[in-house]
Amino acid sequence: MTSQEVRTHTIDMNSVLLNRANQSDLEETCIKVENLNLFYGEKQALYGINMEMPKKKVTAYIGPSGCGKSTLLRCINRMNDLVDSVTIDGKILLDDENIYEKSVNVAALRRRVGMVFQKPNPFPKSIFENVAYGLRIQGINDKRILSETVENALRGAALWDEMKDRLNDNALGISGGQQQRLVIARAIAIEPEVLLLDEPASALDPISTLKIEELINELKEKYTIVIVTHNMQQAARVSDYTAFMYMGELVEMGTTSELFTNPKKKQTEDYITGRYG
Amino acid sequence: MIKLWIKSGSPWVWLNAAAVSTCLIMVIAVLGLIAVRGAAHFWPAKVAQFSYQEEGGLVQTLIGEHVDTSITSAAMAKSTGHKMADNEDTLVQYLIKTGNRDVTGADFRWILERDVKNMDFPANLIVIERREWGNFYGQLLAVKENGKIIANGEKAVSVVHKKIAAALAIFGQIQHLEKKEIGSINYSLERLRLKEKKLKLKDLWNAEAEREVAAEKAGYEQQYNQYQTQLSELYQKVRQDSLIAKTDVGKEVEISLAKIVRLYQPNSMNLFDKIGFYGAKIVEFLTDDPREANTEGGIFPAIFGTVMMVIMMSIIVTPFGVIAAVYMREYAKQGFLTRLIRISVNNLAGVPSIVYGVFGLGFFVYILGGNIDQLFFPEAAPAPVYGTPGLLWASITLALLTLPVVIVSTEEGLSRIPSSIREGSLALGATKLETLWLTVLPMASPAMMTGLILAVARAAGEVAPLMLVGVVKLAPTLPLDGNFPFLHLDRKFMHLGFHIYDVGFQSPNVEAARPLVYATALLLVVVIIGLNLAAIVIRNRLREKYRALEG
Repeated sequence: MTSQEVRTHTIDMNSVLLNRANQSDLEETCIKVENLNLFYGEKQALYGINMEMPKKKVTAYIGPSGCGKSTLLRCINRMNDLVDSVTIDGKILLDDENIYEKSVNVAALRRRVGMVFQKPNPFPKSIFENVAYGLRIQGINDKRILSETVENALRGAALWDEMKDRLNDNALGISGGQQQRLVIARAIAIEPEVLLLDEPASALDPISTLKIEELINELKEKYTIVIVTHNMQQAARVSDYTAFMYMGELVEMGTTSELFTNPKKKQTEDYITGRYG
Repeated sequence: MIKLWIKSGSPWVWLNAAAVSTCLIMVIAVLGLIAVRGAAHFWPAKVAQFSYQEEGGLVQTLIGEHVDTSITSAAMAKSTGHKMADNEDTLVQYLIKTGNRDVTGADFRWILERDVKNMDFPANLIVIERREWGNFYGQLLAVKENGKIIANGEKAVSVVHKKIAAALAIFGQIQHLEKKEIGSINYSLERLRLKEKKLKLKDLWNAEAEREVAAEKAGYEQQYNQYQTQLSELYQKVRQDSLIAKTDVGKEVEISLAKIVRLYQPNSMNLFDKIGFYGAKIVEFLTDDPREANTEGGIFPAIFGTVMMVIMMSIIVTPFGVIAAVYMREYAKQGFLTRLIRISVNNLAGVPSIVYGVFGLGFFVYILGGNIDQLFFPEAAPAPVYGTPGLLWASITLALLTLPVVIVSTEEGLSRIPSSIREGSLALGATKLETLWLTVLPMASPAMMTGLILAVARAAGEVAPLMLVGVVKLAPTLPLDGNFPFLHLDRKFMHLGFHIYDVGFQSPNVEAARPLVYATALLLVVVIIGLNLAAIVIRNRLREKYRALEG
């Protein structure tokens, strides 16, 4: 992809945002990705990504398997640091601050950018301790604060009514859908600014999926959400903006309604109409 | 047909089943043998009285327990010098435990079945367990107090039981005095002597220090004299009673009650008496000190030493192994060097244990211990403190021996923890260390326990290296007592495995000690199973708690 094309996306974004001038307080950019390249050893996985994600909106990444959408997502909270062979160049600005700066405290960054993974991964601890984990790490051990926060987080993840009587049960004993919402509760308990969801519903049954989607709609009032999904209907249902990626490149990004109804690129159109991918 | 049968897979199933059954049969047979032989040792055997007439000799009386029977074929018997009649095709011999070593010079005697004219079990036969010279078998004649006969005949038995109970109580006091009070004074005096020497070495020995030490010493000595008078009174009291008994050859023997542990009449005991006696013997075996070159009495110091050593070993090996495994799995870069280290660690498990013993003696005891003595205990020279085999060095040597199993199983446990759990923790803003401590290590704890179980199983049964680094035949004091600093890591200790070797093969009276070998072996197995079960219970609890996510 040439830089010319990349620029057009940015311009597209801006025009989209300008169209919604009446919601000016929500237009503020939260995350800005600038010229991001990522390599696994010798192999390049992301090519010059440029995009902006607005605050308190849901941005969805779609694209075929292996197109780099999860990799891009994991760049935002520097999860890729865990892979030895990864090298990254370019910038990701979170509130105008480059998170790849040497001085950045990665643990503190991850506190601001929470993440929920594809498979529910509760810790083998009680439900209460799972939610309180992030707080305990920050050295908060006051019982009152903890139980208050746990309750709020569980309410926020629409799980409180189901879980309030079994807070001391092992988290591994609840259903997959509940586990995934528990993991979301765990993430929002530390009040991040951004929530990254990596195919959060792909391992769940349709009813649990529906619940997660409802939850995302509620959560976007407080958090900037970035979601990776395979499921285009899901992207259409939950997101405000959608980015289509293909082979490590960002092909097109725009408001969800526009991208799905009037894609500018042939590749995008082919993908969303199911002709390939 | 056969081809079809082979194809059907049933020979393979049979082969597998046979292998498993063979293993099971062997294990059960070993355990059964030591259990039966070991446990039967404490049951009060009947004492027989034989009329025995050797060819061309006079009829003599023999009293003793029938221990063993040997049947030899006529040809074999002839070749060893026995006269065999033509119609005899086997020679039957009995092994009789006759006791009375002080009278006859031997505890056991082989007799020929054909020379036994008569055998019966008179109810009045007594067996006396003594503190020296082994068992006495015979008949009770009279009881003496201060040299005067106070009871004889029928009455003597009940009187002597009362007297023995009293004597045993006094003996208990004596032991308590000697071991606890006087032992602690001796210990304090020794510390005082070392203190004096230390001050002299440091050139701090002045009039004031001298006065202080002298005053303290005088205090201890006064105490000591006090105890000594008490002790001699008790000794006098316990020595004033004695009994007179007749051996099988008709000799009358006087035995001081102070030397008697137990007197019983096995032939007149009913089942409940026997069960009671059996229980008492087992309690004695488990809780008492050994007597008579370890062939009699209990083995408590050996049990204590074994358990203590295993616990010390566990305390040392677990943190070491876990830390090493965590570094290799979590921090070290996975490459040629880590692979090499891993292979070396695995191979360490295959090094013969005696090599560890030699290493422990050379490195830990002589080099490390010697230097510790030079640096910290110069006042004790030339007597070594840590520069001699002891509990600490034995524990460390065994910890080294078992380190590989702990490392390997901990590493395996760490590698089994799904990366999603680690990522989940990191994504919540935990650092790598916090993730390790709060999530990964607790989840790997069942694997660590598995490593520890294997380590305990190996260490508890190990004998060879211990002979070099701290185990002795008879330790005068336990490594844990009431004298500061309570846990004496420099002391030598007794060990069940070594005890088996010592009693079974180094004892002056092998025949008498053989049942004890079985009993000790049984106990060693029980101790190891007990230690393992404890660890397994803990592991299963942890496993239930940290049941990892599947997949």
